[in-house]
Amino acid sequence: MTSPAIILRPRSAKLRRPDVATQWQLIWRRFRRHRLALTGVVIIALLVIMGLFAEILAPYGPSERNPRYVSGPPMMLHMFDAEGGFHFRPFVYGRKIVRDSVTLRPMAVVDESVRWPVAFFVRGQEYSFWGLFRTEIHLFGTEAGFVHLFGTDDIGRDVFSRNLFAARISLSVGLIGVAVAFVLGTVIGGIAGYFGGLVDNLIMRLIEFIRSVPTLPLWLALSAALPRDWSALQVYVAITLILALIGWTWLARTVRSKLLALREEEFVMAARLSGCSDARIIGRHLLPSFASYLIVDLTISFPEILLAETALSFLGLGLREPVESWGVMLYAAQNIRAIAHMPWLLIPGLFVILAVLAFNFAGDGLRDAADPYAK
Amino acid sequence: MLKLALQRLGYMAVTLLMVSVVTFVIIQLPPGDYADSYAAKKAQAGVSMTRQDVEDLRHTLGLDRPLQEQYVRWMSRILLHGDLGYSWEWRRPVADVIGERLPLTLVLAFSTLIFMYAVGLPIGIYSAVRQYSIGDHVFSGLGYIGLAIPNFLFAIIFMYLGQQWFGQSVGGLFSPQFEDAPWSWAKLWDMLLHLWIPVIVLGTSGTAYLVRSMRAALLDELDKMYVVAARAGGLSPMRLLFKYPVRMALNPLVSTLGWRLTYVISGAPIVGYVMALPDTGPLFLHSLMNQDMQMAGAMVFIFCALTILGTFVSDLLLALLDPRIKMA
Repeated sequence: MTSPAIILRPRSAKLRRPDVATQWQLIWRRFRRHRLALTGVVIIALLVIMGLFAEILAPYGPSERNPRYVSGPPMMLHMFDAEGGFHFRPFVYGRKIVRDSVTLRPMAVVDESVRWPVAFFVRGQEYSFWGLFRTEIHLFGTEAGFVHLFGTDDIGRDVFSRNLFAARISLSVGLIGVAVAFVLGTVIGGIAGYFGGLVDNLIMRLIEFIRSVPTLPLWLALSAALPRDWSALQVYVAITLILALIGWTWLARTVRSKLLALREEEFVMAARLSGCSDARIIGRHLLPSFASYLIVDLTISFPEILLAETALSFLGLGLREPVESWGVMLYAAQNIRAIAHMPWLLIPGLFVILAVLAFNFAGDGLRDAADPYAK
Repeated sequence: MLKLALQRLGYMAVTLLMVSVVTFVIIQLPPGDYADSYAAKKAQAGVSMTRQDVEDLRHTLGLDRPLQEQYVRWMSRILLHGDLGYSWEWRRPVADVIGERLPLTLVLAFSTLIFMYAVGLPIGIYSAVRQYSIGDHVFSGLGYIGLAIPNFLFAIIFMYLGQQWFGQSVGGLFSPQFEDAPWSWAKLWDMLLHLWIPVIVLGTSGTAYLVRSMRAALLDELDKMYVVAARAGGLSPMRLLFKYPVRMALNPLVSTLGWRLTYVISGAPIVGYVMALPDTGPLFLHSLMNQDMQMAGAMVFIFCALTILGTFVSDLLLALLDPRIKMA
């Protein structure tokens, strides 16, 4: 598996060193050909950037309220005004508050006579960027008025900004969950594959058991059993750990089966004969040969964890305010009346779907590329 | 065959035992026990209980005994009396409350299973036989999206569209006039008219998964030499397809029927809750939110037992389908 592929390219009569491609180069070559998978990776990268730089990218803070635009629909960006005049700088139309003639409730209506140009690097709410420095510069915003690209929720918070902040939490839950699952999976799978026999049998039965029970009700019950007086942070940690319990079974299976198969390979025998220690054989020869399969399994278990977190939070049993994930935001979209009046509250759901799609695409591509010698 | 059935039966018993332990742990997890919550309930109603009263109650209920003893008592009550515990929220035995709603969950789960296989397998066969055709691409695309949409979101979107287009609520399983009516043919028909929406919501991702597996399995089979040989021998394409490769490709799908059932049962509570179905879903989530753990635990146990039973049936089904499978 680890033997490099040798590609001879006789370009000139002069003898030259054969080009050597490592396993990872071969994997990358094959992965590159999978367009959908590449798209997936790009989307994941964008989502990660969104989460990492949420403070800068978002025009407003996650809990900043705009009392003048409560439950407001998304605002369109325009380049042409009502008279057809072109403006180099995109703008949104102003909003003015009128009272509904029947209910006397204040409502924001579009005022086409006023334009609020959107500018880059405007000053807004002050924030601390990653705890490094304090600044009040936001990537975009308006000097006058306000801009809510995805509208506002029922207490006037900017849905667009909140989506960016939610990306951070949702992705981090997935990431930590996958990391814990990775450790659990490799250790337990490794034990099963290394010792074999009775231990292996017991672990495999355990995995079969976990896979044969409906997990979601089980995790729901577990998270419902968390003490109610825990802080949002404690709940975050606990939920992440609970979710990690989902992902490890596939991984453990892969590790076990690959270990069992690879143990008998000649290169392991050769390494052993040359006097390599067990640790070196495992770390230097066995692990790299199936690392690509592990990455595939991790990529595939990520959406599973993300979806479970979203479902839990959506029901109000997972994360909760002030920690905000896409699922927490969807909690507001639980009843049909809210959605009928404010369909833009479903936008976090689109992000979830996008993220899951991206990871599924990337996972498919990786699965094909994981064994570059196939076919 | 009998040996296999017995072996699987034994395995099922062991799994059920493990499930029961897990359930018991879940019931015990939240801080405080039944006596505490009973006292809290009483305090809300204005009746205060002394510490001694609470201790007495705890002693009468056996809550001061060691956990393993409590487990045995709990288990024997279930096995000997079918007593799943007492829901303090409903002030009724858990078994009664669940019993009213369980049949609808079963109807929903099995309709969804049938839907998944009835839709998923033909599309999978089509996609494999006409690989890379427009239809194949369309179904693959739909499948990707179907797998990515969490089904509770799908339920919301469905309800939103129903509201926008038809101006009517698509939640629930019955029209208002049938809600409390006794069972009749009219009511059954009314339920079937409502049932298809939750079935689609619940079954879409499973269907997408089946399409993908069927397509992959059948493509593998179609590449094999015996297909070429049979075709060269002049067997008609349809007959060939359904008599050999499809049958072979079906095996892994039948053997994972239990997993599909697990999946459906797993998603059912949330969909039931969002769409306000009169099944066990809302019941389950309510009990969780109120930490009515006797109720929640009993339902986790029932959900698990159902899927384990499903796995058992699919194992036997597979053994019938494929005579090569003996004692693996």
